Amino acid sequence: MNAQAPPEVRFDPRRLRSRFPILERQVHGHRLVYLDNAATTQKPEAVLAALRHYYVSSNANVHRGVHTLAEEATAAYEACRTRVARFVNAPDERGVVILRNATEAINLVARAWGATLNAGDEVLLSEMEHHSNLVPWILLARERGVVLRHLPITDSGELDMAALPAMLSRRTQIVALTAMSNVLGTINPIAELAEAAHRVGAVMVVDGAQSVPHMPTDFQQLGADFLAFSGHKAYGPTGVGFLVAKPELLERMEPVSGGGEMIRAVHLDWATWNDIPHKFEAGTPNIADAAAFPAAIDLLEELGMEAVRAHERDLVGYALERLASLGWLELHGPLDPARRGGLVSFVDPEVHPHDLAQVLDMRGIAIRAGHHCAQPLMRRLDVSATARASLAVYNDRDDVDALVDGLVEARRYFGLES
Amino acid sequence: MVDRPEVALDELYREVVLDHHRRPRGRAPLPRVDAHAHGLNPVCGDEVRLNLALDGDRIAGVQVQGRGCAICTASGSMMAELVHGRSEAEADALAEAFRAVMHGQSVPPDADLGDLEALEGVKKFPVRVKCALLPWVTLIDALRAWRDGAAETTTTTESEEANP
Repeated sequence: MNAQAPPEVRFDPRRLRSRFPILERQVHGHRLVYLDNAATTQKPEAVLAALRHYYVSSNANVHRGVHTLAEEATAAYEACRTRVARFVNAPDERGVVILRNATEAINLVARAWGATLNAGDEVLLSEMEHHSNLVPWILLARERGVVLRHLPITDSGELDMAALPAMLSRRTQIVALTAMSNVLGTINPIAELAEAAHRVGAVMVVDGAQSVPHMPTDFQQLGADFLAFSGHKAYGPTGVGFLVAKPELLERMEPVSGGGEMIRAVHLDWATWNDIPHKFEAGTPNIADAAAFPAAIDLLEELGMEAVRAHERDLVGYALERLASLGWLELHGPLDPARRGGLVSFVDPEVHPHDLAQVLDMRGIAIRAGHHCAQPLMRRLDVSATARASLAVYNDRDDVDALVDGLVEARRYFGLES
Repeated sequence: MVDRPEVALDELYREVVLDHHRRPRGRAPLPRVDAHAHGLNPVCGDEVRLNLALDGDRIAGVQVQGRGCAICTASGSMMAELVHGRSEAEADALAEAFRAVMHGQSVPPDADLGDLEALEGVKKFPVRVKCALLPWVTLIDALRAWRDGAAETTTTTESEEANP
């Protein structure tokens, strides 16, 4: 988000589709229009091939074997760490912990860094957080008497920055916020928030589940201390996600899970830990999915994250315009595409999101309907559920048009005027 | 991979269902509330607030409120019509019969499900079964609480298995 002119989109989403085998399938006799990318993205052929290649050629356990396969498996697994570190500009690949998903990454911070907090210390969250950035902190609050505070949101769906100073104090130990809301699409000013957090001596935890796959992410420039994201929302396989951290913070954290891989020496009643990041990776890790994830990073780097962002900004602008022009939808989140990612939540006051999603599914269009794992935000918006269309690199204006036609059809189906 | 037979939207939203959705019955407030329950579907956020007036063990009044999808609304509307005037044992039996139908069994020959039969198509849409059952699990809960002498309960569809 700088003042330079937005870069031009340099790729053709329609041609990109041919690299995602699933996008060739039909659903109820229609071309699949996949608009549930905030839940999980589809996987390119290269990722599927890498997964197969790993099992066909190098499958072995990591870090222990002397044999060739073990060496190759270790190299493939560790290559994932190196690539992730470079992809988000981590200060050091020793700061990249390979886990299952963003949820597990936030839980690790809440457990391990949270263990340094005392009763009365505060954790600052916001009203727009996903359950995965709420519940780990609720567990911490219960366990240690830590106080949770929540930055409110404005009616336009942005963090109320005017309320920030009053919410931060010397008691604040952790500020944990999403970089991009999975419901509102709002892009939060993480660098500014991190600076404010650091001024009171707190660490900054960034939930990057929605932002990392869809916009450039520079861990160091953001001023983050911890960054969590999932591989499967970034065109990678399910079951692999990352905690990116400042290595000196990881050094100060005790492991929360014990077993193989994470130890240096084990005696019957005591043990010493392996170096970071391995001390947080107990047991045989998800080697295959980690080995395949760099193929997803390859794709994103080939397209360029600036171009990915430009494409999705352009497309969400088009979607907002077309959805607003229908005249009957309530749109949630900021209306300026520059301030939001490529997803739109909306409510038809007369057709429940479930019913909308059902009618759209019959036309091959996949959207999400429900609370999107953000029940407190649903309460704040005073809705029980929303419909959400979320975009990715392979979506284009035809997909948005199909969505809009489907929404018109849904009203016709339920006997309403459009 | 699960292969599902092709189903048409009209199997889910039959005309009777759409009619109940558009003009839901049992919305008017009751002069007296003897049993109350609050049903939630944690998956989608749908809720049903159910008030019952009881005359002895007979259901003398039903009020269904809350927010839900067309299937949930229609099912609640049909329920309001169907259980009105029945004994609590009959209402329980009806709820059990409907639950069995949603879980793939055919309509028992001795059960008169009335308009509810129009919801039979829901079982072909496993995700929506909970929508249809929410008013009914709320009813079962309200009656149980009434029998136990409790004033109010909150129930969820979480334990309600979808049609496998």
